[in-house]
Amino acid sequence: MFQIKCPYCGNREMTEYTYGGEANLSRPTRLESEDSLALTSYLFSRTNKRGIHLERWFHVFGCRKWFNVARNTITNEIVETYLPNEQPQVVEQTKE
Amino acid sequence: MSQPYRLATGGDVDRNQTINFSFDGKTYTGFSGDTLASALLANGVSIVGRSFKYHRPRGIMAAGVEEPNALVETGDNAFQEPNLQATTVLLHEGLIARSQHRWPSLAFDVGEINDKLSWIFPAGFYYKTFMWPARAWRFYEYFIRKAAGLGTCPDKPDPDSYDQRFAHFDILVVGCGASGLEAAVQAARKGARICLVEQSNELGGQLLHHPEQIIDSLLPADWLKRTVDELTAFDNVTTLPHTTVVGNYGYNYFTAIQHLRTGVTPGSKTHNPRQRLWKIRTKQNIFATGAHERPLVFNNNDRPGVMLADSLATYINRYAVLPGRSILIFTNNDSAYRLAIYAVKAGAEVRITDSRDGSEGHWVKQAATMGIRIEFGKVVVSAIGKRKVEAAIIMSLSSNNAAVEGAAETVPCDLIAVSGGWSPVIHLHAQDRGALVYDKDVSAFVAADGFEDQPSICVGAARGCMDYKTSLEQAATAGANAAFKVGFGNDTPTNISVAETVVTGATSPLWMVPAPQGSRVGYHKHFHEYQNDSTVADIQLAMLEGFESVEHLKRYTTTGMATDQGKTSNVNALGIAAQHSGHDMKDMAPTTYRPPFTPVTLGTIAGRQHGPLFSPERKTPMCQWHKENGAVFEHVGDWLRPWWYENPGEDKHGAVARECMAVRTAVGMMDASTLGKIDICGPDSAEFLNRVYTNSWLKLGIGKCRYGLMLNEQGYVFDDGVTTRLGENHFHMTTTSGGAPRVMTWLEDWLQTEWADLDVYLTSVSEQWAVISLSGPKSRDLLRNLVDFDISKEAFSFMSMKMGAIAGVPARIFRISFTGESSFEINVASNHGLHVWKALLDVGQDFGLTPYGTEATHILRAEKGFIIVGQDTDGTNTPMDLGMDWIVAKNKNDFLGRSAFDLPVIAEQSRRQLVGLLPIDKTTLLPEGAHVTRMRDEPFPCSTLGHITSSYDSPILGRTIAMGLIENGRDLINQSIFARNLDGSSIEMMVCEPAFYDNEGGKSRD
Amino acid sequence: MYRFSAASLLRNAFSGHKNWPQQFQSVEPKQKYQAVIVGGGGHGLSAAYHLAKEFGITNIAVIEKGWIGGGNTGRNTAMVRSNYLQQHSVNLYDASIKMWETMSNELNYNVMFSQRGLLHLAHSVSDMQEIGRRAHAINMFGADAELLTPQQVKKWLPNINLNCRFPILGALLQRRGAVARHDAMAWGYARGATELGVDLIQNCEVTGFEINNGEIKCVHTTKGRIKTDTVGIAVSGHSSHLAEMAGFRLPIETVPLQALVTEPLKPVLNCAVISASIHAYVSQSDKGELVIGGGTDPYVAYANRGAFEEIETMMTAVKELFPNYSRLRIMRQWAGMVDLTPDRSPIISKTPIKNMYMDGGWGTGGFKTSPIGGLLMAEMMATDQVPVLAAPFALSRFESGKLIDEGAASSVAH
Repeated sequence: MFQIKCPYCGNREMTEYTYGGEANLSRPTRLESEDSLALTSYLFSRTNKRGIHLERWFHVFGCRKWFNVARNTITNEIVETYLPNEQPQVVEQTKE
Repeated sequence: MSQPYRLATGGDVDRNQTINFSFDGKTYTGFSGDTLASALLANGVSIVGRSFKYHRPRGIMAAGVEEPNALVETGDNAFQEPNLQATTVLLHEGLIARSQHRWPSLAFDVGEINDKLSWIFPAGFYYKTFMWPARAWRFYEYFIRKAAGLGTCPDKPDPDSYDQRFAHFDILVVGCGASGLEAAVQAARKGARICLVEQSNELGGQLLHHPEQIIDSLLPADWLKRTVDELTAFDNVTTLPHTTVVGNYGYNYFTAIQHLRTGVTPGSKTHNPRQRLWKIRTKQNIFATGAHERPLVFNNNDRPGVMLADSLATYINRYAVLPGRSILIFTNNDSAYRLAIYAVKAGAEVRITDSRDGSEGHWVKQAATMGIRIEFGKVVVSAIGKRKVEAAIIMSLSSNNAAVEGAAETVPCDLIAVSGGWSPVIHLHAQDRGALVYDKDVSAFVAADGFEDQPSICVGAARGCMDYKTSLEQAATAGANAAFKVGFGNDTPTNISVAETVVTGATSPLWMVPAPQGSRVGYHKHFHEYQNDSTVADIQLAMLEGFESVEHLKRYTTTGMATDQGKTSNVNALGIAAQHSGHDMKDMAPTTYRPPFTPVTLGTIAGRQHGPLFSPERKTPMCQWHKENGAVFEHVGDWLRPWWYENPGEDKHGAVARECMAVRTAVGMMDASTLGKIDICGPDSAEFLNRVYTNSWLKLGIGKCRYGLMLNEQGYVFDDGVTTRLGENHFHMTTTSGGAPRVMTWLEDWLQTEWADLDVYLTSVSEQWAVISLSGPKSRDLLRNLVDFDISKEAFSFMSMKMGAIAGVPARIFRISFTGESSFEINVASNHGLHVWKALLDVGQDFGLTPYGTEATHILRAEKGFIIVGQDTDGTNTPMDLGMDWIVAKNKNDFLGRSAFDLPVIAEQSRRQLVGLLPIDKTTLLPEGAHVTRMRDEPFPCSTLGHITSSYDSPILGRTIAMGLIENGRDLINQSIFARNLDGSSIEMMVCEPAFYDNEGGKSRD
Repeated sequence: MYRFSAASLLRNAFSGHKNWPQQFQSVEPKQKYQAVIVGGGGHGLSAAYHLAKEFGITNIAVIEKGWIGGGNTGRNTAMVRSNYLQQHSVNLYDASIKMWETMSNELNYNVMFSQRGLLHLAHSVSDMQEIGRRAHAINMFGADAELLTPQQVKKWLPNINLNCRFPILGALLQRRGAVARHDAMAWGYARGATELGVDLIQNCEVTGFEINNGEIKCVHTTKGRIKTDTVGIAVSGHSSHLAEMAGFRLPIETVPLQALVTEPLKPVLNCAVISASIHAYVSQSDKGELVIGGGTDPYVAYANRGAFEEIETMMTAVKELFPNYSRLRIMRQWAGMVDLTPDRSPIISKTPIKNMYMDGGWGTGGFKTSPIGGLLMAEMMATDQVPVLAAPFALSRFESGKLIDEGAASSVAH
């Protein structure tokens, strides 16, 4: 059972958090959404990554802050946690 | 004679404390310190249970958690516990034990017919038969189910309590044999916080029955005492005896079960918990979990009296029980020679059959010196004696282990002690997907090397190391290293305990004893898996039929799926499969090791979370008053809400009608404290609401209220409520009672992630405010007596809020209505809720004030056609579907759910729309959930037009009314459609606008 | 086919059970097949069997990464039911029940299909409204459903604690609801398919697809390249991964679903019972073990293991419903990986790749629909036509938004 390092509170049991689904989904504004594929993709399509998955977690029994996590979905290893307005280092690294 | 097989001296039992117990109704005595198994053996009880499939008589084979055969039920009535291993039940005064899975008695079991017929019923036979006539399986199954199963489930609730603890340690050491203790001492000396766990009630592991093993020039008992004393002196060590680490859930998270009331008669102290579940989080872990001895696989090797050699040594040395007089030891390794020495010292006759060509080991030589007859190159091909071993048949083993040859010798004996080598207990390592390799030297699977960076390590016998000296060295290094890794001292152990060591010969794998040429029974009674009666022949059959994968073998033969989860059988089964298929053992992979290591009581996992604590009830400040005044409660999520209040002599219908009429004709009040309430402040609050609700919020005046709908991103209604502007930058939002936490999380999500630009702060205040909804034509006249401000229609208009005092306490009063009558939602601090409730009651007597519950509310709102989100919606309805187009702002560019309106499905013609429904027969109450067809009695199966969402008998209208979500329902207004009962019959009804009472809404505004 | 029967059992007993034929065998792949099915679980094997049996295509390979039936087919709690909410779902799941009802005889393999009835408990007024709606729907759509009072529930479940923390107000009963022997279903189909000439290839993992002009040409595997005309994918827990190889994305999230069994007991529970609101379901296997499941873990994971917290939730729920089960002991727990779609309904569909079809996204309902899912995929693979039963479950519904929402019905996995 893994632990997650909350950017505000530190390492805590995963049971203190709730999962919030894939991170970095871009919400189409109304004008864009007339392209209904952008909308349905936002609503339904998921990377469902086997490997490093960027996702959102909410520290519900803690600071009640939303933040992002890079987690290996095969091992549940938490690679890093970062704030919603930040880019994860794992992505930065793969760019290089 | 009492305890005829008890030795006169020795053992760890307390002969001064005689304990009376019963087995199958017969009373026996044992001593304090006994297990049920040792006590039964001391009393000469040889048959303890029956096997699962063939109902073969079975005795006690092992001395610990690996026991496959001796399963019993203990306790009576509510204290009954099935399927316990006699080897792990500590004896206590008054213990009641019974054999199970036999009828009518253990000695004479009708099920034994299965054994006679076993030649017809090999592995998987049930897949091949019971198919005639077609669909007759349920008939066969009835009898098969009766014959299957082992123990019996208690039929009363469990009176015992269970406890849970969370704990954090630096290092977890599992197992308190020599290795575990040494590892713990080393780590403790450096200062690390340690949790030391031992599954047995005594610390010491195998040292408890290896009395000659010298460590640091001390006898085992003295070394144990010294080491335990040292550990006890540390305040950084927590020792948990009689506790089993059952689960390794990864990332250093373990579960352990502590037995707290061992040796206590059930029921004697029910206020104490029976077991405790530990949830342990650590940084480093040392598994010193030892090894399980394997049986040898030969014909009738399951007979009572066939025992594991080291287990027999345990009975002799730890419990002072010698359950036979003439012992034939059958081994393929040196460890069983220890038993030979102990047994001779205890007065038994011993003869040794060793499948190997020879051994120069120390104990072998010692046994020879003692004059014990040792025969190498020989094997036991069969045990003789059905209820108790009477003899063994011995033959020579061919050099390639492939056949037995030569003359068969019948050797009389009353015990056959077997040792097929040792399987390290790698379960905790493997549960966390630790890599395993086959180790030729130990003929078993061990933790793979090369994972030193991992936080867990196996040491000692658990790592395949079968001598004390090396084990202690390994353990000491591991202990020091673990402490160093968590930041204590250096990684060098201090004062390592040194064990005297002896030379031992190698183990020679013997996965099964070849059946003699021409043997009629072949491999059909070579049991590698005892409890489920899985034989060598079963494995051979499975492989013949194409079940090659080990997982297939396991599932087809059910090997390893018994209550012991294959502790004694898994490695042998793999060996037999490898031998049969010509594979090398290193290419075989064991099946997945799954938690728990030993079975765990369901109630222990549930802990204290049952009954009222299953999920704590949420109560409003007025709850006690409701209870005392006839409230029948409805469970809404965790909340208790008054459903209706029953006066003496009233039924539900009468009570609800009375409450409804009071609101419509006089005044009623309801405890609405459960409403979700969120306090919203910050300069961007109005903009925030504008984004989360479908309607416009920017221009809402201070002190004004507005109803809002929230949609999810699919454009469907998700929650609703009234929100009020308290100040320029301050709002009070209400949500549905059940939706409160969900809405709060949802709002926080958007605010923190997508709309970080907004300066808004949210606080959940659901429990800070008690809410009383005062409703009815006389509500204003009543309220006027209690408030300190002008509440006239002119001064306090509909959909506005005022602050002031009520009954002397501060309040926020909202002029909003969910009943369609003139209403005041009175919000006061929770602590004042009851006070105001009672104050209203006092004044209200003159006005006919009537408390009403949720059922009346639902009727009253349905009369008005107001929806309840979750009842009249199902998560697939747009505001337009609900006839609420008016609430969707046309001029807003964006709000949550807006973009989904562009999806084709939302614009589709044939959507379900909320409409009112009036049964033609005014007394017929439509069943909620009933589906609707256009035609009367349209035959099933057919398609549905939609369903009834709300249906009530309206007292004020004197008729039944309903609402429903009906396909193109608005086009059907004033037409007849049909609700369909479960039996297919039709109820005619007229479609109408979803509003039945005071459609102009004048009464709300009054 | 060598027929299994009491007589053949007896006959073989006289020859010491040494002459049984292979039920199925694992072979090495040929270079080319007319059809390749990825996934040797219930759905894949059923597809292969039906492709050969109903559509006469026998030049088929079933490619399985591990061992036949080793994925969710061997990790579920073996319930079969059709008590769904939407018409398309009821039709689909009930068609599967009908196939189950004849499966043992069809396959000449006893899959121990036992229609002992399934109770879905209601603990609140809103639960009652939900099961009321569902019961009426199921009935209207031609399957069976009844509503029970608490007293009737007590008759079905003598040990139930009606006055538990959330008192039981009623239940939805589906008498045709059943449990079956999960492995036997896979083995029965494997045996049937083998008999019809299908190649089962175990320990063979798909590593990529060769796609030409949007059309599937070859499957790359750890045992080499296999040419084929058509590919069917039935790989619960790996659908997104394979779709990614083929270059498209799915509306799926893969989450762990845990289950466990107690030690075997004499009969104590004679039907299956589900409580969606307090997250548990229980049945008793023919061997006597209580088979217990609950909700899924909420996060994407491919680890085949879940958090202990879910186990606790399940155990507290079971103890609350059946306080007399408290002293029973949990013997083994495990997890599977289930592919959840946003509407909790499956995807039985063509894919963006021509001649590649998919049968997946079953969430927690894959076991019970192995027969029908396989049959529908077989028909698509054989004819390139989408059968009527499958049409509503097309991938395209996630573009139109026309979902088949079973969210309310499957809040607990089973």
